Amino acid sequence: MENELLEIRFHGRGGQGVKTAALLLAEAAFETGKEVQGFADYGPERAGAPVAGFTRISDKKVTIHSFIESPDIVVIIDGTLIDSIPVLEGLKKDGPVIVNTTLPPEKIANKLKKKTNIHTIDATGISLDILKRDFPNAPVLGAVVKVTGIVPLDAIERVFTKKFAGRDEIIKGNIAAAKRAYEEVKSI
Amino acid sequence: MVEKLVITGNEGSALAFKQIEPDVVAAYPITPQTELMHNFARYIADGLIDTDLITVESEHSAMSACVGAASAGARVMTATSANGFALMWEILYIAASSRLPIVMAVVNRALSAPINIHCDHSDTMGGRDTGWIQFYAENTQEAYDLLITAVPIAEHPDVQLPVMVCYDGFIISHTNEVVEVLDDKTVKDFVGEYKPRINILDTDNPFTFGPLDFHDYYIEHKRQQVEGMKHAYNVIPEVFKKYEDVSGRRYEYFEKYRFDDADVVMVVLSSTAGTAKVVVDELRGEGLGVGLLKPRVFRPFPHDKLREALKDKKSIVVLDRSDSFGAFGGPLFTEIRSALYGIENPPEIIDFIYGLGGRNITKDELKTAFMKAVDIAEGAEVKNRVDYLGVRE
Repeated sequence: MENELLEIRFHGRGGQGVKTAALLLAEAAFETGKEVQGFADYGPERAGAPVAGFTRISDKKVTIHSFIESPDIVVIIDGTLIDSIPVLEGLKKDGPVIVNTTLPPEKIANKLKKKTNIHTIDATGISLDILKRDFPNAPVLGAVVKVTGIVPLDAIERVFTKKFAGRDEIIKGNIAAAKRAYEEVKSI
Repeated sequence: MVEKLVITGNEGSALAFKQIEPDVVAAYPITPQTELMHNFARYIADGLIDTDLITVESEHSAMSACVGAASAGARVMTATSANGFALMWEILYIAASSRLPIVMAVVNRALSAPINIHCDHSDTMGGRDTGWIQFYAENTQEAYDLLITAVPIAEHPDVQLPVMVCYDGFIISHTNEVVEVLDDKTVKDFVGEYKPRINILDTDNPFTFGPLDFHDYYIEHKRQQVEGMKHAYNVIPEVFKKYEDVSGRRYEYFEKYRFDDADVVMVVLSSTAGTAKVVVDELRGEGLGVGLLKPRVFRPFPHDKLREALKDKKSIVVLDRSDSFGAFGGPLFTEIRSALYGIENPPEIIDFIYGLGGRNITKDELKTAFMKAVDIAEGAEVKNRVDYLGVRE
């Protein structure tokens, strides 16, 4: 029964779109016919405070309503959190870790004390370049899709189109950012 | 037509509000309810519905405006959480005692102090004697469905009582899940047109509202209010049945999960019941005869139905997401234990207070609670009948 349920945990900071990333990934998986759940654990809702996001994807109805303790995948939207919170806690054996950072995967591997299945993307750089603002969550989702294959990239694109309906520039920018991250993610 | 959406609890409730399209909504924002009203206000701003949204300066005023509008014969809805609910307190009683069929979503949140925006049931459990009918929803699907059923229940001529539909703050309100929704027309037809028996604007049939009522008649009017709640006990299943006919979703006073052949049963409200279902499956996999009972209706409390369902179980573990300071156990525990009084060989029953202020409840903690009840079923002595789960001590 365990392997029917895929659990993804996001770590980031208030203002980076952690909750939105978790909910959008759930919506994208729903587009592919899955049962889903997306939510976040946030405290005082202030910019910069650590935030955790959670996505569950399953073939069966998801009824569990507690935080994800043993994720299959960890996504770190703010690489600086590696030094301050136990981001890999409970990660299932050698599960993939996707990190928004300018550092190469080898350096992140040293910091995380994890040798393989580490993936880095400069999502902040891509966001500043394409969207002209620091919204790293869209490119991070592009990297997640490339690394894990849990949904096709076009499911993410369809969700952006729905979510930002009527705001064509934002849709185009987010799709372009996700696509570029999809191409540029580095792995060991 | 039925559509599947991935939406949050607040989005699902806002959609139910939109499809019901009440005449009047009066509300004041408070986390985690705000997003519900935010979404509902957008439907009005977009010109999709004609509800009069009265923005007021406090929840006391919100419920007062609801009382005024409902007295004038309008179909009225509102929503709140925690301290906002507490500020409505005086008027909650007035709404129920005046027999006004107001429907309110309450997004359950802890009360201050200390300040906390996260989920527990202290707010609405404190309001269990206000005279309102109380529903507790496990997830967004139930919140959406129960809000729609609440309207004809509240407005039924034999009931004429307000209904609150409660769902867990953040855990449901801010979580997106797959929800099956009805089309607008199906909901409109289901709730029908509201025909108030009396209203303050009907000058051809003058009627006294909000009268002085001392020791000459007050107790008779309270007695009639009890009668309204008794009628609700019969009307609720009738409306649930009608809703099943249009939605295909069956609702009852409580949901039983792997229950009939279980010796040991957990009783828990709201979102935790969803997590408990997973734990039941896992413990069943280990060969343990455990099951779950999730009440959806807390007022009127289905004491006779629960007694019948629970009487042959070996042990029961109740989980309360609010404390009742100085009482012997939480509100759900005291009700269930009272319902089992006087039967022969009643099951053993224990209580855990858990999850206050949004404390995450894990599968392991629920297993711990189940195992305590399993041990008791096998003959272990009950040491702490009322205990705490997931607390650092």
